Amino acid sequence: METYSFLRQLADSWALLAMFLFFLGIVVWAFRPGSKKTHEDVANIPFRHDDKPAG
Amino acid sequence: MLNYLKLIVLGLIAIFAAVATNYARDVAYMVHAFIILLVSAGMFVWVLRRTDEPVVPAPQNEYMDGVVRYGVIATAFWGVVGFLVGTFIAAQLAFPALNFDWAEGYANFGRLRPLHTSAVIFAFGGNALIATSFYVVQRTSAARLWGGNLAWFVFWGYQLVIVLAATGYLLGSTHAKEYAEPEWYVDWWLTIVWLAYLAVFVGTIVKRKEPHIYVANWFYLSFILTVAMLHVFNNLAIPVSIWGSKSVQVFSGVQDAMVQWWYGHNAVGFFLTAGFLGMMYYFIPKQAERPVFSYKLSIIHFWALIFIYIWAGPHHLHYTALPDWASTLGMVFSVVLWMPSWGGMINGLMTLSGAWDKLRTDPVIRMMVISVGFYGMSTFEGPMMSIRAVNSLSHYTDWTIGHVHSGALGWNGMITFGALYYLVPKLWNRERLYSLSLVSWHFWLATIGIVFYAASMWVTGIMEGLMWREVDANGFLVNTFAQTVDAKFPMYVVRALGGLLFVAGGVIMCYNLWMTARRAPAVEASAAAAHATPAE
Repeated sequence: METYSFLRQLADSWALLAMFLFFLGIVVWAFRPGSKKTHEDVANIPFRHDDKPAG
Repeated sequence: MLNYLKLIVLGLIAIFAAVATNYARDVAYMVHAFIILLVSAGMFVWVLRRTDEPVVPAPQNEYMDGVVRYGVIATAFWGVVGFLVGTFIAAQLAFPALNFDWAEGYANFGRLRPLHTSAVIFAFGGNALIATSFYVVQRTSAARLWGGNLAWFVFWGYQLVIVLAATGYLLGSTHAKEYAEPEWYVDWWLTIVWLAYLAVFVGTIVKRKEPHIYVANWFYLSFILTVAMLHVFNNLAIPVSIWGSKSVQVFSGVQDAMVQWWYGHNAVGFFLTAGFLGMMYYFIPKQAERPVFSYKLSIIHFWALIFIYIWAGPHHLHYTALPDWASTLGMVFSVVLWMPSWGGMINGLMTLSGAWDKLRTDPVIRMMVISVGFYGMSTFEGPMMSIRAVNSLSHYTDWTIGHVHSGALGWNGMITFGALYYLVPKLWNRERLYSLSLVSWHFWLATIGIVFYAASMWVTGIMEGLMWREVDANGFLVNTFAQTVDAKFPMYVVRALGGLLFVAGGVIMCYNLWMTARRAPAVEASAAAAHATPAE
């Protein structure tokens, strides 16, 4: 098989699957139990060190 | 010691630039070599005068805000310049006599148009992104910028790119690649500056004191990384001569077109979207004084957006030599992109939930909200236009230009104005802005300007699309091209008027920001000290 067809088939099969699974993994990770507290903490980062770097 | 090395390098560059000025094969190259000669010789003297002088170490317990201040000034300045050029070329389209005979070959529409696009996207938008990213990454990492004066190198190096690009366009040095017009040596220089930018940004994130990387930094980082990759691949070209500005593209034909629009659409996706979403995720929470609506949604927004945007480019090449599967792929991903775009829009808007009253009292938050509104509008319009059947009507018409401007003026412009109004009092240590009613004036002038612009381009775009495809009973085209141009005249006048309103708003902003830095009451020293102590 020439390179073009090989890459094309790879792209719309295994590469697509791998990326989609990676994305699903991120969604599951974001909704993992216990993430709420972390996310609340992270969402408040902009309100902490407005004037000076942390010591 | 480092200074001696700098002197050697600057001296060598100056000598090379002098030789290049002499050997130059074309005017643009000669002017550029001369500019580089002046800059490097000037810097040589500047470094020389500081060599072997005592060095004051930078205070590590302060943020590095000098470079952000310069960035804010550059953003406002290039913004007004870019809007002015845009309004002028809009007037040139309506009144061709403005392509003056005496300026033929330098200031006609074809030369000024890339000057306008690059000035607003890269000079206005780019400076806004660099300045805000330096501000945001320090505050959300609780760390001073990494790399000492490297941030200054990024700022001034980027201004040099802008000057070289702008003068090059007027003198006819161009790749003829949309949004990537500068020739090979400007591309090489931008690559160096951009890698320095990446180093400063990543260096600051690495030495952060917060355990987590705030979502705005994810967006900024993806913007910096992706633009580096896009820029290098789209500008793979071999110079014809080291003494001339002409170069030849490595890719040719449909491959070149595909790479160009992979670059072009991701300049929209990562430069004008991801980077500005970084702004949204910092400045809207700060101005509304409440955290982002859903942090989970912001994570999914980020990954969905970057996974999908990168494939949308082929929708620029419907009905061309590009294989059908590729243009279908671009179309499908563009439509899917609607979801993350609107997810992000909802996240930005809902950050205001419980604080909607601020819309009545705070014109800055009004600006930010309408920018997110325009983001939602243009990310709805975009996927629709990428559908092949719609594209057959909209492509090559003014509809596309209207779409781009509702995104660029509405989303990028307004969120940047909001960020500037937030930043200037902070950076110049002022209690508040000089005048909120001037912000309201700016808001309304800009909004009405965009409405004029977008509405007139919808009308003229759809009209010309329909006129082009109109055939009579025997299958002959009904309209000549010149007839469609003639029919567009009233809409072109309205468009130029909209541009004029937008520029007027920009000038009012500059005055207001200037007076804020000069006249607005300073933050009281005691209040500042109390403010600086964290309430823990």
